[in-house]
Amino acid sequence: MDLDYTQQQRAFRVEAREWLEANVPAQALQSMDTEQGFAAHREWETKLNEGGWAMVSWPVEYGGRGVDLIEWLIFEEEYYRAGAPGRVNQNGIFLLGPTLMEFGSDEQKARFLPPMAAGIDVWAQGWSEPNAGSDMAAIRTTAFRDGDHYVVNGQKTWCSRAVWADWIFCIFRTDPDSERHRGLSFMLVPLDAEGVQVRAIEQLDGETGFAEVFFDNVRVPVDQLLGEEGGGWKVAMSTAGFERGLMLRSPARYQATARKLVALLRDNPEAAQRDPTLGDRVIRGWMQAEAYALQTYRTASRIIGGGSIGAESSLNKIFWSEMDLAMHETAMALLGPRAELLPTARAAGDVGDWLDGFQFALAGPIYAGTNEIQRNIAAERLLGLPRG
Amino acid sequence: MDFHFNEEQLMFRDSVRALLERDCTAAVLRELWAGESGRSDGLWRGLAELGLTGLLLAEEHGGLGMAEVDLVLALEESGRACLPEPLVETVLAAAPLLETLAAGGGSAASVAGKWLPRVAAGEARLALEHPANPCVADAHVAELLLLLAGDGSLHAVERAHVELTRQPCNDAARRLFTVDWKPGDDSLLANAAGAMRLLDAAFDRAAFGCAAQQLGIGQKLIDLAVDYAGQREQFGRAIGSFQAVKHHLATAQVAVEFARPVVYRAACSLATGHADAGLHVSQAKAMADEAALLAARTSLQVHGGIGYTWEVDLHAWMKRAWALEMTWGGSAWHRGRLADAVLADVDNNPREGQLQLQGVN
Ligand SMILES: Cc1cc2nc3c(=O)[nH]c(=O)nc-3n(C[C@H](O)[C@H](O)[C@H](O)COP(=O)(O)OP(=O)(O)OC[C@H]3O[C@@H](n4cnc5c(N)ncnc54)[C@H](O)[C@@H]3O)c2cc1C
Repeated sequence: MDLDYTQQQRAFRVEAREWLEANVPAQALQSMDTEQGFAAHREWETKLNEGGWAMVSWPVEYGGRGVDLIEWLIFEEEYYRAGAPGRVNQNGIFLLGPTLMEFGSDEQKARFLPPMAAGIDVWAQGWSEPNAGSDMAAIRTTAFRDGDHYVVNGQKTWCSRAVWADWIFCIFRTDPDSERHRGLSFMLVPLDAEGVQVRAIEQLDGETGFAEVFFDNVRVPVDQLLGEEGGGWKVAMSTAGFERGLMLRSPARYQATARKLVALLRDNPEAAQRDPTLGDRVIRGWMQAEAYALQTYRTASRIIGGGSIGAESSLNKIFWSEMDLAMHETAMALLGPRAELLPTARAAGDVGDWLDGFQFALAGPIYAGTNEIQRNIAAERLLGLPRG
Repeated sequence: MDFHFNEEQLMFRDSVRALLERDCTAAVLRELWAGESGRSDGLWRGLAELGLTGLLLAEEHGGLGMAEVDLVLALEESGRACLPEPLVETVLAAAPLLETLAAGGGSAASVAGKWLPRVAAGEARLALEHPANPCVADAHVAELLLLLAGDGSLHAVERAHVELTRQPCNDAARRLFTVDWKPGDDSLLANAAGAMRLLDAAFDRAAFGCAAQQLGIGQKLIDLAVDYAGQREQFGRAIGSFQAVKHHLATAQVAVEFARPVVYRAACSLATGHADAGLHVSQAKAMADEAALLAARTSLQVHGGIGYTWEVDLHAWMKRAWALEMTWGGSAWHRGRLADAVLADVDNNPREGQLQLQGVN
């Protein structure tokens, strides 16, 4: 065990820091759940890619730097330190990207990864359906083979940012007689294909972060099938592993929140006096963010050493979502009566974007598989408890 | 940056586990509770033969010259087995303290020269008095006691020269004492100022030791409950198939799993003399304590009524978790120490938390 960074890792950190310092937009970008904000974020993705920082752990040929996961974590730390914008293409680069590396043909990798890295193709995720949320194996949207195409009919829902995204990755039922996990296939569909209709759904904050996507005889070429026909569940579970595990939610994000929370406590001593438990809640959040970082480094070490991440990604999911929510609840309590004010309110002072963060943190225990489902998985697959 | 344990460290863990599985069973534990000393010279010697008691000591003192990071997995195992021996007190708290002192020469060097090889060989156990603890643990089996005089100076006294009063406590395996003794010039090891520094370092090592044991205790408490939940039936099926039960256990497992890397980091920081080692220890103690307490409460709940009986082994681990939570600084104390440092650090330097992983600068 050696928790020091190597010379090379330190040099990599410095390089990333210098580039970010020179290139991160001085002004925070508008929310990526608005049309203008989405466009601005896409521009930022392009810039990142030009600097070679779009997805550092990818092979060079796909727009990466071929560095290992430890260096990816270092990059993420610098990214959040620099206050860089959120990744509008997170579904693509963090979820579909790694899945393509695992299941894609060479042709598919060459076709989809570089434009993903460049922000040319921004991806949405199309798994949930109106009657298949937690019970994802209950999906009904069908795709039947017709020559060298699949023909898709049905509906997806809660698709983040699908209103402005270019592509969507989905699972469809390709075998009409199949049930549950069998007979599903993982496909890549352009959102401007004929027969695709996208309807925006406003989220809690009134912005159009969600979309429903309707498929009416949409023709998808067979070379946009990822993995095998009927083998979509396996591919999707791999993607879900990235989502719950270390990719989508890198620790730097929570360490940044923890630092902000400590500063908020320092700036609001009267709140901490009013409620002496607040100081302890802050330090608990700070410790958890540290623990999450250490655990992620540990997982990264294991993967670099040839290991893999399995059902323990469910523990991860529970941990980061509850930590994030707890930190934001603490921030709301520290802000006291000002917590209800939007940052644009005149009387808001420096409430910052805590309210925004709080509302989004509330979704953490729901998306990427609800925490109830994660607890089921952890209990059955990690602890070996009998199935219900 | 690499979180792997090496082959030797894993092999050492395996041999400690094998020994404890053989010689420290629940039946053995119960036998020891009933005995006067509560300790087993044979078990202690067995651990010494594996190198555990001298692991941190230099070769000149008969030790292996290794570090906390080589010890942490074995400590975890000792928690898993609910080992009653004074591993933390002797191996982590007192022996390295004596060794540090010996480096300065003088009378301490001769005390160390006499006792440390015996510790390494498993022929002697040590006890250490510390202001953080109201009693001295395992003073009755310690051949040599390191005690604090009223003026804050540190003394080494053989057991024959002290009078012990046992202070009954909740964990049937613990043996706690108050000690009556007289300091003399010949017993003096370090004056008050020197003693404080040594005691601080011993405190951090001991708190780390407890944290590592709590990992093993917490995991064992979960394992016991998982086992039971797979067998016990109500409403015609195993209670472990009920979601409420599953969710309790998954929640406890999250807490244990995320305390683990924090404890491993503390081991590394102690081993390398990291400037923030004490704070890393505090974080480890606070998180491992809480994980073990949650595992204890959960395991009891899952066991239901039978868990509330003496008959079932569960309480051995549960009570150990409670006891360790309170010794060498309670989790609240450790959170407080960390909070002071974190707040002060942000004051000075809002963008660079010095307590984070090394090399951020
Ligand atoms: C911010 C956000 C972004 C999202 N983005 C996307 C996206 O981009 N693409 C996409 O496909 N989906 C997305 N989702 C959808 C998300 O994956 C689903 O909401 C989630 O899987 C839960 O499904 P559901 O909403 O149908 O809830 P339901 O499945 O109806 O669950 C409702 C409640 O019942 C509980 N429950 C259900 N089944 C069980 C069970 N077996 N045991 C115990 N409790 C159970 C759940 O835990 C939950 O508390 C997003 C959701 C949110 C909130």
